[in-house]
Amino acid sequence: MKIDIAHVAKLANLFLKPEEEKKFEEQLNQTLDYVKRLEEIDTKNVEPTSQVTGLENVTREDKILPALSQNEALSNTKSQQNGSFIVKTILAE
Amino acid sequence: MKLNELTIKQAREGLKSKKFSSVELTKTCLEQIKKHNPSLNAFITITEKEAIDQAKAADNLSSQGDALRSWEAKPLLGIPIALKDLFSTKGIKTTAGSKVLENYVPEYDAAVVKKLKDAGAVIIGKTNLDAWAHGSSGENSDFGPTKNPWNKEFVPGGSSSGSAVSVSSDMCLAATGTDTGGSIRLPASFNNLVGLKPTYGSVSRYGIIAMASSLDSIGHFTKTVEDSALFFNITAGKDSMDATTLPNPTEDFTKNINKGIKELKIGVPKEFISTDLDKEVKEKFEQSLQTLENLGAKIVPVSLPYTEYGIAAYYIIQPSEVSSNLARYDGVRFGNDRSNFGDEAKRRIMLGTFTLSSGYYDAYYKKAMQVRTLIKKDFDIAFEKVDALISPVSATLPWKIGEKINDSLKMYLSDSLTVTTSIAGIPSLSVPAGFSDNNLPIGIQIMGKQLSENLLFQIGNAFEKETNYFKQKPNL
Repeated sequence: MKIDIAHVAKLANLFLKPEEEKKFEEQLNQTLDYVKRLEEIDTKNVEPTSQVTGLENVTREDKILPALSQNEALSNTKSQQNGSFIVKTILAE
Repeated sequence: MKLNELTIKQAREGLKSKKFSSVELTKTCLEQIKKHNPSLNAFITITEKEAIDQAKAADNLSSQGDALRSWEAKPLLGIPIALKDLFSTKGIKTTAGSKVLENYVPEYDAAVVKKLKDAGAVIIGKTNLDAWAHGSSGENSDFGPTKNPWNKEFVPGGSSSGSAVSVSSDMCLAATGTDTGGSIRLPASFNNLVGLKPTYGSVSRYGIIAMASSLDSIGHFTKTVEDSALFFNITAGKDSMDATTLPNPTEDFTKNINKGIKELKIGVPKEFISTDLDKEVKEKFEQSLQTLENLGAKIVPVSLPYTEYGIAAYYIIQPSEVSSNLARYDGVRFGNDRSNFGDEAKRRIMLGTFTLSSGYYDAYYKKAMQVRTLIKKDFDIAFEKVDALISPVSATLPWKIGEKINDSLKMYLSDSLTVTTSIAGIPSLSVPAGFSDNNLPIGIQIMGKQLSENLLFQIGNAFEKETNYFKQKPNL
């Protein structure tokens, strides 16, 4: 299965230069060729394992606990205004 | 012996009996860092001022009132340790080894950092690593590779490269790490150290920059097995901030450490030794088996048939989870934008995005999760026959810097003997097992059922007391 590098890079929000696309395509195809060997294994009726602790439904009381203050939450951004993060336009007029 | 060359146990005794102070101990470590860090590149950030302040506070606390009670309440009081730069430290830069976070200063401590501070530890700095923990050699750091103090032309192993080197070159007495596919065990074995990858869920991941959320295990490097048990007493435990943590341990992990190993059944998985093991690795491994038999253990051959599929399953599951965890780094709320990711990070993000994408999810991620069930079952079946398993950590000796860096698949295969333990979520303790003809360290790993760390420490300690490899130091 060959990877569509331009499509994947877009999904992953990574902007690659054309030479990079070619380089990564080759490297990723090599890795995919290797991992393909899992096809040899018969996994019919095998349950997938997504986590190994066996824990289920770990909940806590729905009450407000100490959290970061607004200033603390903003302390590492390069663009803020009126106590909010400034983000790129999502919806244009 | 110089103060920085002591083990945690020896340093505690010295501090308690007032042979030296924490300030003196910390200063000796800082001198060692000044002297050797420029050529080893183990640290990204050295917190000299904070460390001296913490050492002074430790000396004050242990000199007033009921000093003995201070030591019981704070088992690491005044002991200098280092933290892998994935561990969030309030007010101290935390970079993940990446240009994306080169100026990121967390507003909170990771749960484990808080536990270590509450135990009185002196934090001496943040150590270098493969960026985002993506690597097995220490060469993927955006801040330059870390070198192996046993021979600076060779890799120290990764991704917890700096943490391993900081302890093996006596820059501190212990260091934290993370092990997702071998990132503590491999550098431990390449540095003549004890490295613990604990049971997944036994130590909180809160505040530790995530790599693969179903695999990340939070562990540490020490010079001896007893030190490792002491450290684990502090880090293990349920945390309300990490919903994947298991109930609090009910035991002191140093309690059974001298019990010995008579009559214990230790399994050797035949698939781990039928791979192309380097001649010297095989030799040292076989000598280790002999030592364990001499100490009374019974060596039993076992089989883990799905071992050969470990890397394939791991390099689908891990990048998938990585692609999700690294999606948050968009340069908006913190850090620099995604163009600052290095090549390896980009590779893993894209690989994971692909394996989770529409049309490919079933063939890749779901398939890998099913194979995960089979790999875990292999271990469950083996542990019905034996108490623990033992194997080499790396099929090869440490390799030269630059040797594997251009072949990512070859680099991934370095994890062949460590990934299946991670996939199964079981603990593994890497201990020193000797040296190659050209003086490079070789380690072995002792694996057990989930939550069997006390048994691993028991076996590791018996082996260590018989072999004493930890007493050898690199020629710096």
